[in-house]
Amino acid sequence: MHHHLILRVITKLLVGTIILFAFYVQFHGDFSPGGGFQAGVIMAVAFILYGLVFGLNHVQRVLPPWVVHKMLALGVLIYAGTGVWTMMLGGEFLNYNIFNPLHPSHGQHSGILYVELGVGITVTGVMVAIYYAFAGRRPFIGDDDW
Amino acid sequence: MIETLINIALFAMLITTAFAIVRMDRLFGVVMLSGVFSLLSAMLFVTLDAVDVAFTEAAVGAGISTVLMLGTIALTARAEKRRNKRQFVPLLVCVAVGAVLIYGTADMPSFGDPNAPANLHVSPVYMNDSIEEIDVPNVVTSILASYRGYDTMGETAVVFTAGIGVLLILSGLSGRRRREDEEEDEEEQV
Repeated sequence: MHHHLILRVITKLLVGTIILFAFYVQFHGDFSPGGGFQAGVIMAVAFILYGLVFGLNHVQRVLPPWVVHKMLALGVLIYAGTGVWTMMLGGEFLNYNIFNPLHPSHGQHSGILYVELGVGITVTGVMVAIYYAFAGRRPFIGDDDW
Repeated sequence: MIETLINIALFAMLITTAFAIVRMDRLFGVVMLSGVFSLLSAMLFVTLDAVDVAFTEAAVGAGISTVLMLGTIALTARAEKRRNKRQFVPLLVCVAVGAVLIYGTADMPSFGDPNAPANLHVSPVYMNDSIEEIDVPNVVTSILASYRGYDTMGETAVVFTAGIGVLLILSGLSGRRRREDEEEDEEEQV
């Protein structure tokens, strides 16, 4: 899409906003609709939009495929690691009360934060990885092909 | 009253979209309409007060899957294959399954029934104790991440597995093709 000036300018404006919104959904999920899953999808959309307009090579320079592949596993590891951590502190698997024995609800808050972060990272990784896998099979979709 | 009107309007648009999808040949239009379909169902979820589900439907159904479908079209064909013969078996299957589903809803409790089984078992505990135990205003988050944390871990693993599967199928093939083109000798040894 080399000659779509408006698309390119608007995309540059939008990408930052989308990422900011993704972080909002991620960390405000306790108070408003949303959470790790939705935030992960929105975060992935920012990169996919950039890739659609500027091409796969450009977006892969920002977020290389090997990073994305590590993100897939990292999120699940963070999630399961939170559970293992609570066990090592002497509690039950994924019972976050143990993070702050004096104020169990504060412990719950931090536990939910870690767990949602894990979900968000995995979902972002999976969505971007699937997009890379699809888009990487043919280098360029011509504007007139549609 | 106004909610009923909104529901009727949304369902009418939903059915219209579905028929348009069935009638259309150009797959680009079909993909765009399926995005519209997802957005309409997201609105239906909003009228049911299921804002989290609506959010997910809008982001995944209307956003990501539309992009992935477009990517698939780019790899395959732009238009549906024309089929002249009318097929009655699929129609019969659809009608039969639809009839069974409608028959099944007859036994379901009415919407918002406080005595429905789903509202009797653990939901009251979550609703009453969530603020005290977890102190998170959005009960959906507290159920998803804390009460049902183990289930959500399984879901994350499912998403992870799905991603790995797609990577194995798609990237693996392209890698093999590249190797065939560039290094045929190595391919023979393998």
